[in-house]
Amino acid sequence: MSIKIALAGNPNSGKTTMFNNLTGNRQYVGNWPGVTVEKKEGQLKGADDVIIQDLPGIYSLSPYTLEEVVTRNYLINEHPDVILNIVDGSNIERNLYLTTQLMELGLPVVIALNMIDVVRKNGDSINLKKLGQALGCEVIETSALRGEGSREAALRAAQLAKANQKQEHPHVFSGTVEHALAHIEEAISGKVEKDHHRWYTIKLFERDEKVKEQLKLDAATLNRIEQTIASCEEELDDDAESIITNERYTYISKLVQSCVTKSRKKGDLSTSDKIDRVVTNRILGLPIFAVVMFIVYYISVTTVGDIVTGFTNDTLFGEWIQGGLGGWLEGINTAPWLTGLIVDGIVGGVGAVLGFVPQMLILFFLLALLEDCGYMARIAFVMDRLFRRFGLSGKSFIPMLIGTGCGVPGIMASRTIENERDRRMTIITTTFIPCGAKMPIVALIAGAVFGGAWWVAPSAYFIGMAAIVISGLILKKTKRFAGDAAPFVMELPAYHWPSASNVLRSTWERGWSFIKRAGTIILLSSIVIWFLSNFGMTDGTFGMVEDMNTSILASIGNVIAPVFAPLGFGTWQSSVATFMGLVAKEGVVSAFGVLFGVAGEAMELVEDGAFGELTTIASHFTALGGFSFLIFNLLCAPCFAAIGAIRREMNNAGWTWFAIAYQCGFAYAISLIVYQLGMLFTAGQLGVGTVCALLVLAALLYLLFRKPPKGVSSNQSAVRATM
Amino acid sequence: MKTLKDVAIGSSAKVVRLHGEGAVKRRIMDMGITKGVEVYVRKVAPLGDPVELTVRGYELSLRKEDCATIEVE
Repeated sequence: MSIKIALAGNPNSGKTTMFNNLTGNRQYVGNWPGVTVEKKEGQLKGADDVIIQDLPGIYSLSPYTLEEVVTRNYLINEHPDVILNIVDGSNIERNLYLTTQLMELGLPVVIALNMIDVVRKNGDSINLKKLGQALGCEVIETSALRGEGSREAALRAAQLAKANQKQEHPHVFSGTVEHALAHIEEAISGKVEKDHHRWYTIKLFERDEKVKEQLKLDAATLNRIEQTIASCEEELDDDAESIITNERYTYISKLVQSCVTKSRKKGDLSTSDKIDRVVTNRILGLPIFAVVMFIVYYISVTTVGDIVTGFTNDTLFGEWIQGGLGGWLEGINTAPWLTGLIVDGIVGGVGAVLGFVPQMLILFFLLALLEDCGYMARIAFVMDRLFRRFGLSGKSFIPMLIGTGCGVPGIMASRTIENERDRRMTIITTTFIPCGAKMPIVALIAGAVFGGAWWVAPSAYFIGMAAIVISGLILKKTKRFAGDAAPFVMELPAYHWPSASNVLRSTWERGWSFIKRAGTIILLSSIVIWFLSNFGMTDGTFGMVEDMNTSILASIGNVIAPVFAPLGFGTWQSSVATFMGLVAKEGVVSAFGVLFGVAGEAMELVEDGAFGELTTIASHFTALGGFSFLIFNLLCAPCFAAIGAIRREMNNAGWTWFAIAYQCGFAYAISLIVYQLGMLFTAGQLGVGTVCALLVLAALLYLLFRKPPKGVSSNQSAVRATM
Repeated sequence: MKTLKDVAIGSSAKVVRLHGEGAVKRRIMDMGITKGVEVYVRKVAPLGDPVELTVRGYELSLRKEDCATIEVE
């Protein structure tokens, strides 16, 4: 029979490193059912019958965060055989707080006292025997980073699970509380599993809503329990939740005093403290942040990233694979439509996506470095003030910065944001920032319609940033983003050298999850667009068409064109170009070239700045209509690759569709307002469209400035309510 | 009422009581800021918020508005 060891511990306690230590490459990464919290499972190296279940890094077993709820549900409902609790020895007081909660679950517990090398280096010592005796469980010294002790700890845990012995854990609470707990225990006797008795008792004392819901106790019992709690609260002059937390920490403080000898005097600075004094310094903090961000951007977007992306896109996929495959298919007399489907549709579409992979890996590598060494938490610390006003996290800065290069790695970079609400908000808004592929559209409109006006490109960035700010303010007040307040109570972990294996593993995991997505949704979408743009009716017969003008997509464009008429670009060519932009944004320019019969490659003409050749495109746009078209294409749904990344990161179809619908709706609204009001002011044109635009503007302003509706608790309102 | 928000950078204070409620309060307590604990205010972020505290031997960052819910001696 196999044994299941649950790996539990605080964030930054070295849990991931230990998990990698124990399982090596035999890992399975997935998601916990129904939520976006990552689930990792693996087999213990050299022991096939021992399964290690990695649990999310958590500080407590409260009912308030997703990670904590996932963990407690797993521990209570799935009954792992033993808990291996990783405790950071260099930060023992707060780490043991979770331990006191894990001990109450009724499962055997083994403590891995991790980072023991740091403890020793600081000149501190921990009395293992005393600690173990007090807690009623075995304590094993480990240093996961150096690979010491992890295996022993896991084997010891497996042994304990097999022995099936009862552990006696201490009662950490005061007499008054234990008395109340005894009353509750009696009240629920026989109504819960015997093993978890103490856990349920304490949770009921804390008035834990999730446990109350689960147990479905009758009114009389609940009443009795409530009376017990109330009288205890009166006696101790505090609320039940605070009483429990306080007493846990009181117990731990005493325990730590008797077991840990610190050599460092209070006020002495550790190396990490010294680094932090400089890095998040009031004056130097921002410049250092700017330099770090510049380096990340410079390496992953401009230099190395650009070179590898150029190579994979143009040379590897463009010349070698597409060219080679095309030649080979023609050589064996494959039907032209099949060659087209394979070479342009499938390979072209997927290649456009996979081309981003090397760049993404470089970015993920840099992000993993920042995360592993502890700087990522400081980024949130430094940028929090700026971003939280728009419902975003300080860590949203990185996705947006990367998004200026390419939205795909930008969206994937949002994974460093722990809070689900902040992460979703970041995913939805990141692609508003004009990416590299949108630049040709900007250049085309600026060059062909505005005669190369300097202000068009900066305005694109300005519109992107404004869209993020406005969306943040609007979305954070909506019901969708309601829920538990997201407190910014964040640990700033000590700086340390990143571990090579952690960094590489994290880089690969993120990259691979994107590659898998490219094989499914993106592939399918590319084929559909290829089909629509290459097939159509000519001379009464359906088949492959030479000219995109007669394709199905053109017919669709004709049907859809009136929708865009109020925005000032109601030509069918504009609609088709917008659709082509879904495959890749620069496709908008190429499509225009084909549709408007420009001599030569439109893309190359734009790159060369030969806007005189593009007058046929310009003649189809008024200045305002062109600008409106630009705004719409900057803000609407991104390319399939980015949509794939959104789908991957949201891990939920509903949220993905919401994101796309929001982006398109927002783009439409802004373009409508700009075009219609622009027409009103420049040409004095007043009509139904103007009225609609004014109504939309009013609605937007209302959403922007309204008070958050009831049930949408922002952090601030929760605090204010109690002051 | 003197709160953690009023404590000058570079000085310490002893926590008397936590106001506030729900998830935020629980989170602050879970992180070790409980009655009677000594909190050292280390520095403030470059943009003026949040602040960095030392509590129970580790570094914690907290927004000023949340500091205002923590009563100190």
